[in-house]
Amino acid sequence: MAATHTDKAFEQDLRDLREKLLAMGAKVENLIAQSMKALTERDSALAEKVVAADKDVNRLEVEIDELCRRILALRQPAASDLRLITTALKIVTDLERIGDLAVNIAERSMDLNQVPPLAPYVDTPRLAELAQQQVKRALDAFVSGDVTKAEEVLQGDDLLDALFLKIFNELLAYMMEDSKNIRRATALMFIAKHLERIGDHAMNVAEMVVYMVRGKDIRHPRSRNLTD
Amino acid sequence: MSLQPHTPRAKMESRELTLRYGTKTAINKVSLAILEHRVTALIGPSGCGKSTFLRSLNRMNDLIPGTNHTGHILLDDTDINDRSVDVVDLRRRVGMVFQKSNPFPKSIFENVAYGLRVGGMKDKAELAARVEKSLRGGALWDEVKDRLNESALGLSGGQQQRLCIARAMAVEPEVLLMDEPASALDPIATAKIEELIHELKAQYTIAIVTHNMQQAARVSDRTAFFYMGELVECGATEQIFTNPREKRTEDYVTGKFG
Repeated sequence: MAATHTDKAFEQDLRDLREKLLAMGAKVENLIAQSMKALTERDSALAEKVVAADKDVNRLEVEIDELCRRILALRQPAASDLRLITTALKIVTDLERIGDLAVNIAERSMDLNQVPPLAPYVDTPRLAELAQQQVKRALDAFVSGDVTKAEEVLQGDDLLDALFLKIFNELLAYMMEDSKNIRRATALMFIAKHLERIGDHAMNVAEMVVYMVRGKDIRHPRSRNLTD
Repeated sequence: MSLQPHTPRAKMESRELTLRYGTKTAINKVSLAILEHRVTALIGPSGCGKSTFLRSLNRMNDLIPGTNHTGHILLDDTDINDRSVDVVDLRRRVGMVFQKSNPFPKSIFENVAYGLRVGGMKDKAELAARVEKSLRGGALWDEVKDRLNESALGLSGGQQQRLCIARAMAVEPEVLLMDEPASALDPIATAKIEELIHELKAQYTIAIVTHNMQQAARVSDRTAFFYMGELVECGATEQIFTNPREKRTEDYVTGKFG
């Protein structure tokens, strides 16, 4: 956007908001990568770091909420500014949840690292990579206000779902094969589910980006009143 | 009662209205409908033509020498600039409330009764009834009913403004034009005026000029954005303030001008 706000302090508030959201996004991306590394490299110390680092994400969530409330109260934003603030208030929750899910993965990793691996980890790191990519792409779309990129995220989710289903079925087979596998397979199933959920949160972010840019809410098309 | 939301008709409408003060173009080819029983807010920076447009709706610009116009303004189906239109009658049908409250230096009662007397009403009981009705409509009755014969100049700013609204309403106009009606008032008095506007639209069609965009957002159903004499965009107020179509509207409502 070429034009800037006449009120420079307002302009600065909006810049701070964008920067904080980006910082938070970068942190959760990193947490996904680290939690997966803790699993594949059987590094429980790293897993503990992920658990500890989540508090930074939580702190940013509170700070961003506060900043949004302050802007709403003091600036009465309109049009694209208003859509930016409401988008920020929504996606901050998704980002915080992604952080929590990375923590959950790290915690499962710590359990799994106590016992021999069930099988080489191939598809799970791949799923983690896809999930992380979706989060990154959604945040890029947010920063650049790029609807095309946001739509890529929305379309990309099928791939995660398919891979999750594949992992799920494989783990099910392990469980049926030997009941001693159940504990480990269940932990891995949780991890895969968490990764798939991360993908869903990335979708939420992408949907809000479309709203932010176009002013059109694309969520839940089938739940809408038919007269709309 | 129909389930379909009633689509209001245009009570007033400008068609390709261009207005010049001498050689300076104040409004350029503005086509805008003022919908019946709706509040239409006119917003835009100083000098954008919004007040000129408002004043042209009851021919207040006729009073300014050197003014000329092209295009049309319709009230219902009548061109208000037609020779056959009596301007006094027009201003009875299209009333105006100004930025600065301007009560006459008379009693509260006489302020409201003035227009009625000018219109030939003589019956005392009828006058009293209309004054009471207007003051009630102006949300002022309870505050002044015991001192109707005191000077209107003794009222507070907010009360004076409501008195002016009551005075405008006494002659039962069809359209009320308001030029910054609350800009000189404190927040409580402003809230009373805004509440009043909400109530009045059931009976009247209202067009309001305001520099206060939050006020436009609060009181109006439709918002028209003027810029440099042109109508840039007109739409549902919610749309203008959440998702305007035009870049210039966006820049204005987000505070990016100047």
